[in-house]
Formats: sequence, structure tokens, C-alpha cells
Amino acid sequence: MKRPKVGFFDFACCEGCQLQVANFGEELLDILDVIDVVEFREVMSEKWEGDFDVAIVEGSITDKHAVERIKRIRERSKVLIAYGSCATIGGVNGMKNAFDLTDIRKYVYGSDYKFFKTQMTKALHQVVKVDYFVNGCPIYPPELVKVLKAALQGIPYYVPDYAVCVDCRLNENVCMYEKGVTCFGPVTRAGCNSWCVNNGNICYGCRGIVSNPNEKGMKEVLTKHNIPIEFILNKVNMYNKCRELVEGGEDDE
Amino acid sequence: MTNKKTLNINVEYITRVEGHGNIVVNVKDGSLEKCQLDIVESPRFFEGMLRGRSVFEAQHITSRICGICSCGHTLASIQAAEDALGFVPSEQTIKLRKLLLHYETLDSHILHIYLLAAPDLLGVKSFVPLIDSHNKVVRRALRMKKTCNEVCEILVGRHVHPISAIAGGFTKLPREKDLDDMLSKLEGMRPDMQATVELALTLKFPDFERDTEYVALVSDDNEYPMLMGEVGSTDGVRMNKKDYKKITNEFIVPHSSAKHTKLSREAYAVGALARFNLNSDKLHPKAKEVATAVGLKPICKNPFLNTAAQLIESVHCLEDCIRIITELKNSGINYNEEIVVGLNEHGKIPVKAGNGAGAVEVPRGILFHNYEIDDKGVIQNANCIIPTNQNLNNIEYDMKKLVPEMLDKSEAEITLGLEMLVRAYDPCISCSTHFLNVKFVNR
Repeated sequence: MKRPKVGFFDFACCEGCQLQVANFGEELLDILDVIDVVEFREVMSEKWEGDFDVAIVEGSITDKHAVERIKRIRERSKVLIAYGSCATIGGVNGMKNAFDLTDIRKYVYGSDYKFFKTQMTKALHQVVKVDYFVNGCPIYPPELVKVLKAALQGIPYYVPDYAVCVDCRLNENVCMYEKGVTCFGPVTRAGCNSWCVNNGNICYGCRGIVSNPNEKGMKEVLTKHNIPIEFILNKVNMYNKCRELVEGGEDDE
Repeated sequence: MTNKKTLNINVEYITRVEGHGNIVVNVKDGSLEKCQLDIVESPRFFEGMLRGRSVFEAQHITSRICGICSCGHTLASIQAAEDALGFVPSEQTIKLRKLLLHYETLDSHILHIYLLAAPDLLGVKSFVPLIDSHNKVVRRALRMKKTCNEVCEILVGRHVHPISAIAGGFTKLPREKDLDDMLSKLEGMRPDMQATVELALTLKFPDFERDTEYVALVSDDNEYPMLMGEVGSTDGVRMNKKDYKKITNEFIVPHSSAKHTKLSREAYAVGALARFNLNSDKLHPKAKEVATAVGLKPICKNPFLNTAAQLIESVHCLEDCIRIITELKNSGINYNEEIVVGLNEHGKIPVKAGNGAGAVEVPRGILFHNYEIDDKGVIQNANCIIPTNQNLNNIEYDMKKLVPEMLDKSEAEITLGLEMLVRAYDPCISCSTHFLNVKFVNR
């Protein structure tokens, strides 16, 4: 079988999800046996002019230049995988959308702010069609392998649509609410094996919110533990602000 | 110079660097008209986004500035947060943080030496052709990279965006078995490190020098300063980290909208070579041996040798990690220090208004974080100054000296020389909190 041509691309992001690829170690060479990585700017100088069987795209869309570039990548790719929270849900870049864009530009760049153009942060599927989603900040490497296998066979991959709590219970963690802190696990999509809670921290919601969150249950938990609802809403913004975007939201430049 | 060459070099999207940058060089009739490194990364406005968020979230958010230096950002952020809160970390916490920082330095240097810089020195476009031609070398690189990742995973949950390191300490402390695992993995890395040194000795670095000021953390004790210290320079500057703005002196250059920095002269450099130039006498004896073997002596003025300094630091970090873990094994870990803070909902850590700074040596040089918080611990103002930002100006001055020296070479050779120079600094442009440029020449 001819190895499918794969390209890695990035937009506004920290490139940490691409780095996760290098962290596979020698197993990476096994993966490279079945796919032909033809473009990956972070680690390769080679550039590919043809079409891609699979494009793996990290990062959010935050300016006009990026909109054009992701559209071109989409046109050239049979399959497009949104890779990491910035790509799948807008991620931390979305926090910007809670501010007036001109104000935030002035705050960071002072009187030179006009050089620094930006738009409301968007997840990839808010701009182009996305075929597969690998959630997480950073992505959970075993899930990437699952998605790649699905993509290469042309079968769908369904992102778990139940709460992180399910994995967390299986891992026998003590509930963070019992420890007196506010965790986002009850409404966040599972699939990371409750990575953060296993390591003693809370869930921050980086995989996005389940499609049918148990709002009543969440409110009960918050009431029981005396936690104001605004507290949790502010937390939603850290990764999930972009879900509020409506068509034609006000862009700045 | 008699060479009347006219050149227009425009390298769009320099590859094998973290983030997006362009090189623009215009030479007309043998004289250099323009020589700059443009940053075209989309700005992400981290400092703006931090306003209104709890200082206990700052580490989680700013870690996401850069996937490669996420542990470094974490540590600089925690330091700034604790400084603002007036919280003093325990000795055990400091020791574990030093270990974490070493892990990242080791990981990042290995990534740079093998996957990003070595292809240039071996004359290929990337590590991919090396899979066939130098299979053992590639396997060794990936093996070492994976070990760094694994020890990080044991210590803080994962390397990219560490989980358990927070303001106040650690949410999970390594168990005895974890210490043993980390130790055996690191000791197991020694032969690969030896082979890395031997490989590096065969590489030939371009011959080039430019006198500049080197800036890094300095201290009065005998430890090679990475996590703590004052800021010093080879021009004799010494300042407290709180005065970081007097060190970086950010300014706007007319030809580009990227913010640049300078201290005692037109530009300064940070990174492995700067640290080596200031603190080489404090390196581990094994690292000093490597320095002697590669012939690196302070003050080394060849920026291409930053890669050699990274090699020397890799050896130092590996040996110092082994020392720290051995000490921790002997003293035992106090698990009462394990903390659950969340957003400090229940006031486990006393909060007061304040202004705090963090200065940490991350793989690419000194990183500053600064937060101003109110009496509820909410961030009012934030500032992060990253190493690559500080190196940009210095890189341009290097390019301006290098191009005239290479004018008798072909355009392709000059382009490669410039790309190699930029890559030697190991620039991390994705940390684009502070710069950018959208100036396209000749297009």
C-alpha cells in the first residue's frame, strides 16, 4: 500500500501538540513506516506542493491571513484533522474574545497596536469543514493513534461524549469537590483518562464541554459545596469561550 | 569590498524553528541595504487575557505560551505569583523545581541538537533523510527525547503543560518508587549522552565571531544558576530581577514593528552560550570536560557555538538531575507538603495585593514574568518577556556582520548560512507574546 501523504500545519498555538509527536520516541519510526510526512515546518525544511491525504492542523484562526491559509489547506486535503484544543474548540486563545479587541491590542502593544491585527478567535470547524477532532491541551497521545488509525481506514472516530468524572472514578481518584476545590470534570468531555486529576490537579475543561451537560447536577454540586456560579462561568471561558461565537461576530481588523 | 553583487533574499517561514519567522536581506551593488528577521506569528495577547483571572490560574495559562518551554513558563509564572503573594516556597519544593527545569533544558537541548541543528551540519534538509542514512543516531535522539519526557511525566504528569507544579508547591509528590524510576532512567541515559558528545565532536561549526553583551542569571553561590539568582552581564551589569525592565529596555525599531531589547550596547544575547560565558566555572566537572573537548572557552563570541553550549549544558543537567534525585532519596520526601489549591477558593494560601517578578533561565535564555495582583489575588497587570524576543536584535546584528563576509558565496549558500545562524539561537517564535511583523519586502 502506498503510504498516505501527511502534512502538519499550525496556526495560533504553542506548538506543544506537535511536540507530542516527537515524544513518541522510537515508536515514531513505526508510525513513519505507515505514513509519509511530507510537510512539517517545525522539524522539516521539506515543502510539499501537491495534495495531502491527511492534514493535521494545530492552532486557532485569529486573523485574515489565517482564514485564507486554512481554506487553501482544506482545498488541498482529503482529510482534515483538528489537532489540540486551540484547533478543536479555540482553547486558551478564546479568552481574548471576552475583551474588546481594540482594547486588548492597545494593552499589549501600546501605541503600536495597529500593526497587530487580530480577529475573534475561532476553532477550525468554525471556518472550514473538519473531519476528525483530537481534543486536549495538550492532546493525549493514545487518542492521536486511535484517530490516525480511523482516518487512515476511512472510518469515523467518535470523541467520548460523557464526563471526565467517568474516567476519574475508574481511576479511583478522590473527587476534587471532596477536597474542597472546584473541578470542571463533571461537564468536560472524557478521553484523557482524567490526566490532570490523576496528578492531583483539577480539570480545566480543555477537551470541551459534553454535548448535553448535566446542568442540574452541576448546579447541585456547586450549591452543596457553596461555590458561586460566576466562579465556574469564568472557568468556562478559559478554554470554551469560542462556543459562544455566532456567524459574523464582530471582528476587529 | 569589491564585490558588486545585488541580492534579494526572502526566506518565508524559516523551517525547523518553533514558530514563524521570515528572513529578509537586500544587497545592492555589494552594500547591505536591509537585513532583518521578521516575525509573522499571529499575536495571541496572553498578557491582555490574564487580566481579571486568578493569579492561581496564571501558571496554567502562561504554560500555554509555548509547548517547548512550558515547564520554564510554568516556573517563571509560579515565581512571579509567589513573589506577588509574598509566599516563600519550601526547600523541598525548590529542589523539585530545579529538577523540573533541568528536565526541560535537557529535553529541549536534545531536540535542538539532533532534530533541528544537526541536519544542517550533516547537510540534509531534516531528520527524515537521516532515518535511513544515520538510523542509529535518529533512534538515539528519539530515545533520549522519550526518556526526558518520561521523567517529566513521573515528576509533573507530563512534559507539555505540566500538571502538578503550581503556585504554593506540588499537587502530587514523587513516591519512593518514582524517585528510583527517574534515577534509573537518567543513569541509563549516560551512554547515549556520551555518544552524543562523541558525535558533536565530529561536527564542524561555521567560523564566525561578533563581540556582544551576554546576559544571564548570576549568583554568589557555587550552583550554576538556572532557577534563581540576579541578572548579570558580561559587561558587568548586575541587577535584581524586579528591575527587569531596566535590563530589557524594549524599544521599537523603525524598519519593523517587532519589539527589540538592548542593555549596555546596541544588542545583547541570552541562552546557553550566554549562561556558559557567565557561569562556566560552576558547571559539573563532567560538563567542564566536554567544554574542554569541544574547545569552548568563555567568552566565546561565535553564536553558532550556542549549539555546543547546549551540549555542555545537557551533560551538566543530566549529572545534576542525578545528584538532586540522590539527595531526595537520602533525605526522603515530606508528603505533608502535597497541596490542593485549585483557585485558592478556601484561602489555603494567604492572599494580599502585590507586584511580583519571576526570572528563570529556560532553554533559550532568561525569561521574565511579572504580575500585579489585587487583594483578592486577581491579576490587574501582566508582562512576559521571552528569550527569543531578547535575541532578535542580536540576531540582526549578527546577520549584518555575516552577510558582507559571505558575499562571494552563492545566494543559496548565503541563505543557508543565515538560516543556520537563526536556528543556532534555537528561536522559539511561538512564544509570540510581544512581537511580530507583517512587513513583506519585494512582494
